[in-house]
Amino acid sequence: MSKHLNLTLHVWRQKNAKCDGKFVEYPAENISPDMSFLEMLDIVNEGLIRKGEEPITFDHDCREGICGTCSMVINGRPHGPRERTTTCQLHMRSFKDGDSVTIEPWRAEAFPVIKDLMVDRGAFDRIIAAGGFISVPTGSPQDANALPIPKEKAELSMDAAACIGCGACVAACPNASAMLFLSAKVTHLGLLPQGQPERYIRVRDMVAQMDAEQFGTCTNHGECEAACPKGIKMENIARMNRDFIKASLTYRPASTSGGGAG
Amino acid sequence: MELNARIPDGPIDKKWEKHRFDLKLVNPANKRKYKVLVVGSGLAGGAAAASLAELGYEVECYCYQDSPRRAHSIAAQGGINAAKNYQNDGDSIYRLFYDTVKGGDFRAREANVHRLAEVSNNIIDQCVGQGVPFAREYGGLLDNRSFGGAQVSRTFYARGQTGQQLLIGAYQALERQIGLGKVKMFPRHEMLEVIVVDGVAKGIVTRDMVTGEVESHVADAVCLATGGYGNVFYLSTNAKGCNGTAIWRAYKKGAAFANPCFTQIHPTCIPVTGDHQSKLTLMSESLRNDGRIWVPKRKEDCGKPAAEIPEEDRDYYLERKYPSYGNLAPRDVSSRAAKQVCDEGRGVGPTRLGVYLDFSDAIKRLGAAKIEEKYGNLFEMYERITDENPYKTPMRIFPASHYTMGGLWVDYNLMSTIPGLFVLGEANFSDHGANRLGASALMQGLADGYFVIPYTIGGYLAGIKPGTRIKADDPAVKAAEQSVSDRMSQLMSIGGKETPDHFHRELGKVMWEMCGMGRNEAGLKKALELIPKIREEFWTNLRIPGSGNDLNQSLETAGRVADFLEIGELMCLDALERRESCGGHFREEWQTAEGEALRDDENFAHVAAWEYKGEGQAPVRHVEQLTFDNVHLATRSYK
Repeated sequence: MSKHLNLTLHVWRQKNAKCDGKFVEYPAENISPDMSFLEMLDIVNEGLIRKGEEPITFDHDCREGICGTCSMVINGRPHGPRERTTTCQLHMRSFKDGDSVTIEPWRAEAFPVIKDLMVDRGAFDRIIAAGGFISVPTGSPQDANALPIPKEKAELSMDAAACIGCGACVAACPNASAMLFLSAKVTHLGLLPQGQPERYIRVRDMVAQMDAEQFGTCTNHGECEAACPKGIKMENIARMNRDFIKASLTYRPASTSGGGAG
Repeated sequence: MELNARIPDGPIDKKWEKHRFDLKLVNPANKRKYKVLVVGSGLAGGAAAASLAELGYEVECYCYQDSPRRAHSIAAQGGINAAKNYQNDGDSIYRLFYDTVKGGDFRAREANVHRLAEVSNNIIDQCVGQGVPFAREYGGLLDNRSFGGAQVSRTFYARGQTGQQLLIGAYQALERQIGLGKVKMFPRHEMLEVIVVDGVAKGIVTRDMVTGEVESHVADAVCLATGGYGNVFYLSTNAKGCNGTAIWRAYKKGAAFANPCFTQIHPTCIPVTGDHQSKLTLMSESLRNDGRIWVPKRKEDCGKPAAEIPEEDRDYYLERKYPSYGNLAPRDVSSRAAKQVCDEGRGVGPTRLGVYLDFSDAIKRLGAAKIEEKYGNLFEMYERITDENPYKTPMRIFPASHYTMGGLWVDYNLMSTIPGLFVLGEANFSDHGANRLGASALMQGLADGYFVIPYTIGGYLAGIKPGTRIKADDPAVKAAEQSVSDRMSQLMSIGGKETPDHFHRELGKVMWEMCGMGRNEAGLKKALELIPKIREEFWTNLRIPGSGNDLNQSLETAGRVADFLEIGELMCLDALERRESCGGHFREEWQTAEGEALRDDENFAHVAAWEYKGEGQAPVRHVEQLTFDNVHLATRSYK
């Protein structure tokens, strides 16, 4: 049995979006290295509840690295020190006895703090609603094998589709840019034949929404790729920029001369 | 209470077609005059909300997560079944139907299962159309793999992230409708009550989890797609937020709860490491395509590293006991077999509650690169959690609570015993009987959401005059709202000492021990004594800091735990009354000489649907007799 750890946490506490926040120090004692980071916080929280203090609010759900809910900056890095890992999959064996651990929410204009470590990532949903889809009403597609897709393309599309929408890319970026997130969706759908009819309108509409949400632009720092728990690559941003330029140059306002037969 | 399943007449393969024609239609121009509330945004809820909005209904969708994309369907790994027969290996709609009825140990409704198999093919078409990047062969066509309980390759998959990709497909369809203004989305909202007027569902009461505000929403119909109640065991593969509150509130308002004891304990999860454990992580059943399950033949070898145990001293017990299905025996059978070898003292790992899932043969046969391509993300996840490299040492796995086949009783139209209240996906009971086969949950969620509810809800709404919705200030609405506020205040005012999780863990221990993989009369009776005691302590010794009129995660958890403390009791009662073994429900008194489940078809070939009779009153057990006209009742054999 490996030795248990004692840590000092510096946790961002903020009552709501309107109040100022501050760091509060908490001890985390007798922590097993087999615990996940969130299980360590659970223990701290249970201690706070028993003392009648408000526990630390943080977002979490699946605790297996796939839902994208957990979101905290640990010692300055989104999702903590381990590469390609969400906070829920980060285990305490990544820390040493006596360590000080600073825990903050995602920090970005477009992700306002709701409480403590919890932020509002609704902007991501609105970007998808603006164009991150293929318009295919239920019941309309043809047989699934009617459209062969080269394996390499399907794999590349899947690599991009692995994005969990956690927002670590935005939190890591000095510009709080959402371009890794957008480009993952643009790539996922844009590489597939089904995604071609809306390929250019999609990128244009998504970028317009991104701008409206106050995300910054990409200046090629590469922090997003380093922080991404799912290994989404920056080359997607290049692909998106290419599509965006083409979309902008070929843009024509939709015809307004409606009316139909009959 | 009358349980009329409303199964259409005619031969099994014509029922759905006939029913679709018989269902009344809502005129396209009238659809926008009807409002439908969809609670839950997973595969069933997300698909339903998007599809109903596409048809023209006014839709509101609610989820407790911060985004509909995070519903727990996302964590499904292995795949989704369909009867495409692309592999030319003998599959058909009838075979998928047959395997599912048999896999469920003859406790599912034939007509529903056949419909599920029929629409399975449409689901794959729909998902590919949406851009779901399923695995493909070099020729560009779709790849398949095998899953437990089947001898054909009918499972479509997207690496080990099939649920994620299918959910993103449904989520994008839903977001498209949100962008078009056809769906109004309410994230971070928890449903806490159903509004029932004259016995008919007319809306819901929710709590805004950010502001604490209790709000009511009226509509013409309500769809619950809120998932299962597997978290009743505290430790499960479910997300931390998964809960049974929505269906439990509906039960208390008159919706029958069917087969609550039918729970699935999944054989391949990462074992518990200590008391701090907050959840358990599944390792996809698809791993059993290439991994071989074994334990040492002798107890004395259990402490040795796996590599030091020679081939002849290993017991590949699934291959030995079930030679034709081997490592792909169904989940209930595999879980029980794992429990047996651990009970014999032959388990491995620090707690001795584990068995090996070994890939060394597959790596020798196919190469590590091929294994990585197939299961890379699962291996990575395993390594993250356990700090062990499964390419080098075998995985250790153990069964854990995963899925609940039981749920609210629904008729063929997916309507509960409360008219106007529909139940979709894992939240209902209908398709999986006493054991769900792998890769069938995704199929059922999407079938209900994309291809069943859009038809059947029309048949219901066509009978309602448009514009006759109740008003938001109706006394019934205000009363429902008040009951929710009162309950919140009650929870906040207990002023005890213990945390909500404390009571949840206590309940979980009782449920796992007495209503888990093996159940018996004495244990269940004991559980029925212990649970009310935990509940009593909960209501006198719970502590929730902060305020009810604010974001308060302890209050959210407490409300869910309060309901689990009641659900667990009903599960035990149902398990006690079902005096037979079937599927995941294994009553130790009813087993064959070889330790297999022994069904009692004469007395228990039925659905048990429980009716709530009020606080402190015993619930009443109703019965829907099941008839098997097509798949003849037989003892399941996977030997």
